[in-house]
Amino acid sequence: MAGEASCFQAQIESTIQNYPGEKRYVLAMMQDLQRKCNYLPREGLEEIARHVETPFARVYAMATFYKAFSLVPRGQFHMKVCDGTACHIKSSAVIIDQVYNTLGIKPGETSGDGMFSLETVNCIGACAIAPVVVINDKVYSKVSSSGILEIINALGVNVDEDHQ
Amino acid sequence: MKTINDPEFKKILVCCGTGCQANGSMAVYKALASRLGPDSGIEVSTYTKATGCNGWCEQGPLVKILPDDITYCHVEPKDVEEIIEKTIKQGEVVKKLLYRDPVTKKQVRSHHEIDFYRKQHKIALRHIGEIDPASLDDYLEAGGYQALRKAFTMSPQDILDEIKRSGLRGRGGAGFPTGIKWESCAIQPGTDKYLVCNGDEGDPGAFMDRSIMEGDPHTIIEGMLIASMAIGAHRGFIYVRDEYGLAIINLNLAIRDARAHGYLGMDILERGWAFDIEIVRGGGAFVCGEETALITSIEGNVGEPRDKYVFPTEKGLWGKPTVINNVETWANVPVIIQEGAEKFSSIGTEKSKGTKVFSLVGKVVNTGLVEVPMGTTLREIIYDIGGGILKGRGFKAVQTGGPSGGCIPAELLDLQVDFDSLTSAGSMMGSGGLIVMDEHTCMVEVARYYLNFLAGESCGKCVPCREGISRMLEIVTGICEGRGDSSDLSLLEELGETLQVASSCALGKTAPNPVLSTLRYFREEYESHIREHRCPAGVCRSLTEFYVDPELCNGCGLCVKNCPAGAISGEKKEPHVIEQEICIRCGDCFNRCNFQAVKVK
Repeated sequence: MAGEASCFQAQIESTIQNYPGEKRYVLAMMQDLQRKCNYLPREGLEEIARHVETPFARVYAMATFYKAFSLVPRGQFHMKVCDGTACHIKSSAVIIDQVYNTLGIKPGETSGDGMFSLETVNCIGACAIAPVVVINDKVYSKVSSSGILEIINALGVNVDEDHQ
Repeated sequence: MKTINDPEFKKILVCCGTGCQANGSMAVYKALASRLGPDSGIEVSTYTKATGCNGWCEQGPLVKILPDDITYCHVEPKDVEEIIEKTIKQGEVVKKLLYRDPVTKKQVRSHHEIDFYRKQHKIALRHIGEIDPASLDDYLEAGGYQALRKAFTMSPQDILDEIKRSGLRGRGGAGFPTGIKWESCAIQPGTDKYLVCNGDEGDPGAFMDRSIMEGDPHTIIEGMLIASMAIGAHRGFIYVRDEYGLAIINLNLAIRDARAHGYLGMDILERGWAFDIEIVRGGGAFVCGEETALITSIEGNVGEPRDKYVFPTEKGLWGKPTVINNVETWANVPVIIQEGAEKFSSIGTEKSKGTKVFSLVGKVVNTGLVEVPMGTTLREIIYDIGGGILKGRGFKAVQTGGPSGGCIPAELLDLQVDFDSLTSAGSMMGSGGLIVMDEHTCMVEVARYYLNFLAGESCGKCVPCREGISRMLEIVTGICEGRGDSSDLSLLEELGETLQVASSCALGKTAPNPVLSTLRYFREEYESHIREHRCPAGVCRSLTEFYVDPELCNGCGLCVKNCPAGAISGEKKEPHVIEQEICIRCGDCFNRCNFQAVKVK
């Protein structure tokens, strides 16, 4: 589940302690932490900085440089719409628009109820089945502009009427 | 007891690459494996394997049955029972699951008879789709680690010479001769040297590295082992994008198995050689595919590139001599050592030897991974292997080389593809993405797309790249939205030249290519946007209006059913009408119509 309360200090520490206190493991620590917490909480980044004995600013710089990381909690269903070239020329932009029309979220945003978040990714390497949407590690192939609506509805969510 | 090579022993290979998995191949695999388990009561001895990507993702999930040599397409769990009853038990073919040749309308039994495979020549992809990537035994049975054993009988110089004579050039994009790179690292003094496998496949539209890492991870390990002996390195790193979950799982498994069986570790095959490999997961930054940025990233920093007046082969990872090669390059190494440089260099063109894997995607019938000898023409790849353009539309361009490459127009379809010919056409090989574009692809929008991508991925360290790309993006976005000015095109060219000269790394130097190549070959399309405020391809929404040609529309209702905005109306078998006020210009009807009745105004 998303949210601040889901990631306790003990979990943060145990994730980070899996790695030696060397700078070269910072990326791996952040990846594991994001898997566990669904985003990178500030306390986690502070803990990493302490663990590898580096200034917080350096860790923060990495967290913001690498695209895979989010500093805000993601939704329960995290939708990655592939906007790689193959998906793009097969109209992935339309999918992104449809998500906005339905859920009112743009890339990088999370819906008010914490259910959905949207992100665009640059090619997940599944170009042959473009356009592709990945929701919580499940890959949906050849998603059309009407198909994305079916997927969202099938996830059992009451679509916000305001955005219909 | 039958052995695995007994002709009566049936091998069932289920493709479990990312593409097939998305289409449900794991359910097919599980159904087959559980029905054919030891308690199944079926008398035929079988062996079910989950393999890596066969490359023919369009037809997935794919199931191959050996030694009968039958390939089934679009297999679903409900087909499993019939496959077992007919094919496994009685050796009969389930006809409805065979591939139907779109031209001859004949059903094809073996994938070897299909054009998509027949014209390919597999070296880097040789095992993929044939072996279970999670099984070391499978790799050994396919001749794996034989090249390593042979390399132990060679001197380091012999190995270097063999690679140099093979003419192998780096498959990551720039095409630097691999043997020369290795040698310049080998001659450095000291024993602290590193090998890196660049699996940070960031080019949108390319997925051959993913397929190799997922489908044949031991090949990469073997290639790196051979290099370690030639260069004198004892540690290696494989840098993989974190998004490639299956690749990371399979690589980890392979490294673990290789260690357990003495192929990695302190005393490899009891020959007193030490080498080990670690996996580093990338953080999703395109610039990290650039080798100096990748090195900085492995060291645990923000992945910014540095100037290359000193090459990584001299001072690389932690300041030590380092060889970085791309996944596909490593996969070629065992074959060259095993079969010899002459055989390898007999394939390809004068300056580009061997084969190249392309990911053939976009508006083409057979999408997937194809491996062809260097020098194959674009026409052969797109039409003979790829089966031409979807829905019989017109070919417009093929984009090669990802964001660093360019768009090649129809008049150059007979270009023989190799490193040098693509560069002279204003594009580049890149990692090997071939994105096919048809009439419904706006070349201005494609240029805008790449600029937008690069603006987001520029690390921001040098001014020409950071500012230049953003300004170019502003101009091209303006053109797409109908705010173009006649002076824009010369300004774009001027900015592009500045970026090429003044940027610090290859990302910035090549960033103008998509704009410059489309300006070179599709200038009139830019001009329609600027002068007529019209997007001829019907993509740029502010400049597009769709309508139904009543002469061509037969009222099938396909577009009505799928229109997400409900903007199309009309009775069955009567011509339909698009209501312009409601239409969101998504182009779904245009793409879907089988009669090309939807037109762009």
